[in-house]
Amino acid sequence: MKGRRSSSDSSSSSKTKKPQYSKFTQQELSACKPILTPGYVIGIFIIVGVVFIPVGIISLFASENVVEIVDRYDEGCIPPNYSDDMLAYIQNSDTNKTCTRSLKATKLMKSPVYIYYQLDNFYQNHRRYVKSRNDKQLWSKKHEDETKNCAPEATSNGLSIVPCGLIAWSLFNDSYGFSIKNKMVKVSKKNIAWESDKKHKFGSDVYPKNFQNGVLIGGGKLNSSIPLSKQEALIVWMRTAALPTFRKLYGRIESDIQANDSVTVIIENNYNTYSFGGKKKLVLSTTTWIGGKNDFLGIAYITVGGLCLFLAISFILVYVVMPRPLGDPAFLSWNRHPAGHQI
Amino acid sequence: MAGNRRKKHHFSRIHAFSCGKTSFKGDHSLIGGPGFSRVVHCNDPESFEASVLNYSGNYVRTTKYTLATFFPKALFEQFRRVANVYFLICAILSFTPLSPYSAVSNVLPLVVVIGATMGKEVLEDWRRKKQDIEVNNRKVKVHCGEGAFDYTKWRDLKVGDVVKVEKDEFFPADLILLSSSYEEAICYVETTNLDGETNLKLKQALDATSNMHEDSNFQNFKAIIRCEDPNANLYTFVGSLELEEQQYPLTPQQLLLRDSKLRNTDCIYGAVIFTGRDTKVFQNSTGPPSKRSKVERRMDKIIYFLFGILVLMSFIGSIFFGIATREDLQDGKMKRWYLRPDDTTAYYDPKRAAVAAVLHFLTALMLYGYLIPISLYVSIEIVKILQSIFINQDLHMYYEETDKPARARTSNLNEELGQVDTILSDKTGTLTCNSMEFIKCSIAGTSYGRGVTEVERAMARRKGSPLEEEVTEEQEDKASIKGFNFEDERIMNGSWVNEPHADVIQKFLRLLAICHTALPEVDEENGKISYEAESPDEAAFVIAARELGFEFYERTQTSISVHELDPVTGTKVERSYSLLNVLEFSSSRKRMSVIVRSEEGTLLLLSKGADSVMFERLAENGREFEEQTKEHINEYADAGLRTLILAYRELDEKEYKQFNEEFTEAKNSVSADREELAEEIAEKIEKNLILLGATAVEDKLQNGVPECIDKLAQAGIKLWVLTGDKMETAINIGFACSLLRQGMRQVIISSETPESKTLEKSEDKSAAAAALKASVLHQLIRGKELLDSSNESLGPLALIIDGKSLTYALEDDVKDLFLELAIGCASVICCRSSPKQKALVTRLVKTKTSSTTLAIGDGANDVGMLQEADIGVGISGVEGMQAVMSSDIAIAQFRFLERLLLVHGHWCYRRISSMICYFFYKNIAFGFTLFFFEAYASFSGQPVYNDWFLSLYNVFFTSLPVIALGVFDQDVSARFCLKFAFPFVTVPSVIPRRCTEYPV
Repeated sequence: MKGRRSSSDSSSSSKTKKPQYSKFTQQELSACKPILTPGYVIGIFIIVGVVFIPVGIISLFASENVVEIVDRYDEGCIPPNYSDDMLAYIQNSDTNKTCTRSLKATKLMKSPVYIYYQLDNFYQNHRRYVKSRNDKQLWSKKHEDETKNCAPEATSNGLSIVPCGLIAWSLFNDSYGFSIKNKMVKVSKKNIAWESDKKHKFGSDVYPKNFQNGVLIGGGKLNSSIPLSKQEALIVWMRTAALPTFRKLYGRIESDIQANDSVTVIIENNYNTYSFGGKKKLVLSTTTWIGGKNDFLGIAYITVGGLCLFLAISFILVYVVMPRPLGDPAFLSWNRHPAGHQI
Repeated sequence: MAGNRRKKHHFSRIHAFSCGKTSFKGDHSLIGGPGFSRVVHCNDPESFEASVLNYSGNYVRTTKYTLATFFPKALFEQFRRVANVYFLICAILSFTPLSPYSAVSNVLPLVVVIGATMGKEVLEDWRRKKQDIEVNNRKVKVHCGEGAFDYTKWRDLKVGDVVKVEKDEFFPADLILLSSSYEEAICYVETTNLDGETNLKLKQALDATSNMHEDSNFQNFKAIIRCEDPNANLYTFVGSLELEEQQYPLTPQQLLLRDSKLRNTDCIYGAVIFTGRDTKVFQNSTGPPSKRSKVERRMDKIIYFLFGILVLMSFIGSIFFGIATREDLQDGKMKRWYLRPDDTTAYYDPKRAAVAAVLHFLTALMLYGYLIPISLYVSIEIVKILQSIFINQDLHMYYEETDKPARARTSNLNEELGQVDTILSDKTGTLTCNSMEFIKCSIAGTSYGRGVTEVERAMARRKGSPLEEEVTEEQEDKASIKGFNFEDERIMNGSWVNEPHADVIQKFLRLLAICHTALPEVDEENGKISYEAESPDEAAFVIAARELGFEFYERTQTSISVHELDPVTGTKVERSYSLLNVLEFSSSRKRMSVIVRSEEGTLLLLSKGADSVMFERLAENGREFEEQTKEHINEYADAGLRTLILAYRELDEKEYKQFNEEFTEAKNSVSADREELAEEIAEKIEKNLILLGATAVEDKLQNGVPECIDKLAQAGIKLWVLTGDKMETAINIGFACSLLRQGMRQVIISSETPESKTLEKSEDKSAAAAALKASVLHQLIRGKELLDSSNESLGPLALIIDGKSLTYALEDDVKDLFLELAIGCASVICCRSSPKQKALVTRLVKTKTSSTTLAIGDGANDVGMLQEADIGVGISGVEGMQAVMSSDIAIAQFRFLERLLLVHGHWCYRRISSMICYFFYKNIAFGFTLFFFEAYASFSGQPVYNDWFLSLYNVFFTSLPVIALGVFDQDVSARFCLKFAFPFVTVPSVIPRRCTEYPV
């Protein structure tokens, strides 16, 4: 019934060219157009200020609660006789690379304590570097010989390298051993990579092959009997960092570190950052709900909130000192300069 | 043969439209020469000779593309935009290792954008295609041999075919008229589609072919037509017809043009000479000049600026990249060893860092390409189309009476509507309805007619006296008859017989019924008579005569028949007047006359004309009512009416005979000044007239015009009226539509002064012109002084200038002065201006003030102006479609301009400009993040975002919000737009400028 009526309507309207009335076509849909009166503006600023400052303080507090120990060891681990030529030390395979550092926990560090290495001035985001990998090869055995984009680390001795490319080739290979109060601490290196990477990007049937066999050895070597999906250090490394200063997860200490405990770290200092002047740091950190130690968020909140409060107060002052009537057309630019427009 | 021709001659002599005798002369000698080589074998299109000529068929195509040319042509169109070329180059380069992005993600946005634009083209072309199909498949009767005519599709017509066109059909091609259903082989043609003129034009076939009235006559008809090659000139035609070894000259009088319509004639026979693209109407069709809005032009500049930034950014990046790359390998020592600088490609080779830097520059150009909004053009196009739909859908701009909504014909000028600074308006049909109403008359010194004109009403309103009630009451009981608004019980319903000068009234009405060139059209169902007239004025007269008891009902070539009210018996009698001569109206004569012989045998010269020419032609004994009539005329003119003086005279046989001989001779003379000669002779007989009275016709203002003009003035928009009318009428209308107000000082620049008239008559034309120019210059300088010295208290100035002065004012050395004066004046009226002048004034305003001009008009004479202006608005009124066809936006009424400019213009301008700002904002914000990231990636060219995110950013993620803003955003509601007609502000040097500010 309804349908029939509407069809007869449309047939009658096709005779006349009269546009059909609807709020939409006539652009008469109800709309809300808030007018920013001083009351609103001041109110909004006060609300923003009142909300933001506590949020900032809480964030800052949470960040403060994170206990973090950072130790730069790239220079400290060079024996004094090599201090003039650090590059020679690191490139010489015969030198003893072991180095012992002792750190002091200032506060109680609740487990899990995360171990990161931080590199500096290392351009993992360089276009040549980022592209130098082959995801197909990493994922499946079928594409083992797929080494597109991997040059110059695609093949060695005529055989394709698995995993190929500069990223894998330059795998970070410093290693850390921890002991607290002269007791060895177990470092868990499991579950440090993204679950999705392990399941969907690095194949469980792909084994390292022909890796670091070339003339030039880059970084770390891989155990060729463990499939790529289990080589979590590699997976972490291959998720390239966006910025030249970055931290990567090395492992976890699954026990608490008491305050004032001294932590001894035995470092195998293998990785060459000396040639490009990069720093190496070891980081021990706990986490809270806000993540690692990062004051930026809290400071940003507090700054914005403070600014809003400041503006709100200044507007109130301006409004009290020099009030002006609302909606007075005399303030329009063309009324202020009446000569401009004459009818 | 000779006798036959003389008989025909008689017709052409007496008929107003016909031109004189035709003979081989002048141009006809050119036939067969270059440019005149066309040969048409009539009724024999299949013959060998015809097939050799191989003229194109009658298939027409108005589409921009064909299936084959679509891709190359449409793509070429697309890549004429610099931005698109840039993206094309990027897309091609993206297949090389140079590209920072994957090829697909680089090509996809371009494909989407180009695809969308081309899709739009296809859609538009498809509409034209459908129209083409309809036209090409129309059917017409064509001679198919053995004297039989059969329906054939238009597209299958061939040059040389003989076609039969019936009443109210369009001509399918350019035809030579062979014969018609009329004995005299005449036919009437309506050429509205060609030139916008609504009056019927008379065409007449050659004598040689005029006797073929039956289908069967064409069985053995063979003729050869030789004529000019296809050209665009509608009003000239040269050709000859060879029939039975005789040559006959062909003139435009025999030419029937495609797209004109056969009227008042049952059928005609014609031979096809030009088909398809060769027809004059197609030769004439040129696309409207493509107009681009200022905002878009500025947008282009911003895009160029962004290109500049892009190059600069890439350059900086390349330098840093080059340095970093070179340092990677020094003295055989690798710095960033993990990049293997020792074993690399040219793109990163430290040994040839310069090359790497150059290559990187190309990469960077692609990388920062997100600075250039690729989808901007297509988004703007989409937005504008949607905006146009809103304009088309607006009920406030729909005119119920003619069932016409507003039509935005070109969508790319929407935002320009919001920046209009000067409106140049036609008067007749634009400000006024162009339907003349007979409202008053003065007969024998008595003024009749109680109607109140719009102007009087407007004046009354200004003075504050309440005429309104009377007005509404009056409006209710009239409006039944179009063109007639006369009300006076003294002469209506036949009561004029009791008036003191009944005999004069009778003559007056009879003159109205006879002295014209209108054609009656009898409605067969109810016997009602309507008229086809050359001008609405004339129609108004004939209608008035009918309503007052003198019903003109038949016109033949030689007679005019009228139902008359006999004053003695009081009954209707039929009277027939044999029509002897028509002395046509021309703008120089400003009058027309007919010479008729009444049934009693008296010869009458009936004349009507402008007061300026008529009063001096009155006889001594004919001036009885002169004083009163003059007084009435002045009253009428003040009321904004058009007046004509009616006068008559009885001729004696001898005088007429002498006149007729001279007149015929003049008409048939071969010399170029034939018309002038005829005028001179006519002038001799149009004298010693006896004054009957005067008529007053109101050219009614359209509804709401004064209010609309007021509002536009409030918004700071200037209105110039360019009209062909005479100065007095123009000034009156100016008052009526509140363009001129009491208290305005008028600066009148005129060349119609007595001194200039004497100047004109002098022998030395160039000296006269110089003197006239000097006078105009002098008047302009005086006006300028007045303008400079004027202070607020004296009130604003109004400039009124007539056409002849305008000619001088538009000359190069004077036009700046003229423009300065005109801009300083609050209102400008140019009267008596030609279409050319209208266009010239428009161009002057547009180029010299760099303000946005809007021209509005309804007739073919406004076309130049409409095309010249930044925006042309056509009024879809009575004067045909020509103006609408060349306009950018068509509306039905002048008053809709208010809503179009103040609401839609305001919105569209704001929407488009904020949309463009939004576009640049989002792209610059996005593009710069890419650049900033490069600083952290040693400018290696690695994008910070995922490829797919990047490519979808422009075409998908961020396009809809911007489009929604461009289509729906309203800063203020329509009600407020109209209530506070915001002064429009021209765009300053940068786009981000809000067109309005609000009281907060």
